[in-house]
Amino acid sequence: MLKIENLHARVEGKEILKGLSLEVNAGEVHAIMGPNGAGKSTLGNVLSGRDGYEVTAGSVICDGVDLLALEPEARAAAGVFLAFQYPVEIPGVNNTYFLRAALNAQRKARGEAELDSMQFLKLVREKLKIMQISDELLHRAVNEGFSGGEKKRNEIFQMALLEPKLAILDETDSGLDIDALKQVAQGVNALRSPDRAFLMITHYQRLLDYVVPDFVHVLADGRIVESGDKSLALELERTGYAGIAGAKA
Amino acid sequence: MSQPASSPLLDALLQAPLPASGIAWLDASRQASQAALAEAGLPDTRVEAWKYTALRALGQKPFADGDAGAGSRELDASAWALPGVDGPRLVFVNGVFRADLSAFDGLPDGLSLQPLSQALQEDAGSLQPVLSPVGLTDPRHPSADAFALANAARARDGVVLRVAAGARVETSVQLVFAGAAGDSELAWHARVLVSLGEGAALTLVEQHVGSHGQSQLATTMADFTLAANAELKHVVLQQAGTASNLIRRSRLHLHEKAQAALHVLELGGALVRHDLQVELTGDGAQLQTRGVFMPQGRQHIDTQLAIRHQALNTVSNSQWRGVAADRARGVFRGAIVVAPGADGTDASLNNKNLLLSASAEIDTKPELEIYADEVQAAHGATVGQLDERSLFYLRSRGIPLAEARALLTGAFCRAMLDSLPNDALREHLAGLLVAQLPG
Repeated sequence: MLKIENLHARVEGKEILKGLSLEVNAGEVHAIMGPNGAGKSTLGNVLSGRDGYEVTAGSVICDGVDLLALEPEARAAAGVFLAFQYPVEIPGVNNTYFLRAALNAQRKARGEAELDSMQFLKLVREKLKIMQISDELLHRAVNEGFSGGEKKRNEIFQMALLEPKLAILDETDSGLDIDALKQVAQGVNALRSPDRAFLMITHYQRLLDYVVPDFVHVLADGRIVESGDKSLALELERTGYAGIAGAKA
Repeated sequence: MSQPASSPLLDALLQAPLPASGIAWLDASRQASQAALAEAGLPDTRVEAWKYTALRALGQKPFADGDAGAGSRELDASAWALPGVDGPRLVFVNGVFRADLSAFDGLPDGLSLQPLSQALQEDAGSLQPVLSPVGLTDPRHPSADAFALANAARARDGVVLRVAAGARVETSVQLVFAGAAGDSELAWHARVLVSLGEGAALTLVEQHVGSHGQSQLATTMADFTLAANAELKHVVLQQAGTASNLIRRSRLHLHEKAQAALHVLELGGALVRHDLQVELTGDGAQLQTRGVFMPQGRQHIDTQLAIRHQALNTVSNSQWRGVAADRARGVFRGAIVVAPGADGTDASLNNKNLLLSASAEIDTKPELEIYADEVQAAHGATVGQLDERSLFYLRSRGIPLAEARALLTGAFCRAMLDSLPNDALREHLAGLLVAQLPG
């Protein structure tokens, strides 16, 4: 599904990713852990095509497509979804309108028929049920005045609606209390499927108690320095990042 | 005083014979305005209020005075049809009242609505105090620039609207000023007089429309007087023709506890100038203004908002948005004066602007003068581009760049309509804003 090879990326002239390689198969959940400043969020931003991140070497192939050659919107249409660490508030843009515009833009880019408002509402109701969230959030402007938990749940709800092949969760657990964390995790688990891959970027292990990963990687100083199964996350929780080769605490 | 610089426009304004009304005081007032115009001349950019709006090109146009054929110009009623607006309507074409296009039979109780020409025939005396004030013909008066004077000298028609004390008019009254191509390039002028009695309420929709590509000069000068506890809701939709030079002044006087809420959309015209002057002269008077100006192509749209708090515990809240595309220019001046003794004033004004192209320009100038105590005043202006984080967020969900820009820009503007109570009208106006966006 996703193959990252020897990825080097710079932000404001500073090299952050220094030869990152990673392979993720469909149906798998990979956790990327690491200390602050290791390049975790940079990875998410580079994969989704944010401006200001300059790739200087390496390649990213997703489902046979060269992601790095695509604009952010084309990556989305190709099945990449980034759940933001800090979802942006957009006053004046209604959440439902935004979701329909996004879904139809993706469908159009893929040559699929756009959904009319009835079809769209039916789909929304279906997904709301799966996510167990109230439709109240839909009537408000995108993320405007949402609590931290509501913002993250809105991200997962968007994911449910857009049905990406590759979902990247950037520190989705940050700023959530335990109840909100459980709700978000429940949403993510409901979306696990044999044709979808997850990349969960997180600093702490606690999210992984609720969304159990197939693989855990440690990102330090711009590279994957260690990989293992979920027990690696538990070990990190005990020892901290100091014990990891190449990682600064 | 030195002679004002001569220009084809000024010469044309001064040389055409003045309209003769047969009413002695009115003819005298027109002559006095004409004389003041001859002395004042056209303002140039050395005058602070015209610093960003140059009249050099306009000054080269020797517009004909009025349109003798205005009574028969063909116009499509769809130009002014608005959803949610179906009350009485007065339509003027090139400044001339058109009974055939208007509808003002069976007015609700307490509402009096007439074209100025008719009101002058029936009861000129009651209009004398407003049509021949000392201030207008005094060139030192800040409002008495060349266009106000030309309007005072030459406006043949306009609107006289009165709402009786206590009358609450439920339907929206529609005033339509249409420009149409004439036999030659022409100038026209219209005068609007609106007064609300004590406790009266009125919703007014003022439209400037035109689909012609012929250059013209139009001036409208409007005075609104709100007696104690009166309530005015005023929507202005400016969609003048692409070659229209439209100069407007709106003056509002709010007496004790009167309330005015304005929504102004400036979309059309070539060179557009609106002086919006509000005086809160009664204790507890309240003003809300919301406005959007969206010049594109080579349009130039200038709004000069001046609010004077002159009484105790008066409130004004103003929010304006500008969006300039292509090589267009926007100008906004937001001036608040809190006069001595206007204690307890609460005044806020902000103007946020977006530039959609590198060649577009918006000049915004906030001014705040406070001479009273216990005043709350907030004042701000910004000019910028769309928020990059918001753009990326939308694109990361699959929305293409151009569409994401349009979505954000539309949201930026339509927030100014949120407080408009008429749902059908609000949605229609929101659609017009989005349609004005490039791409």
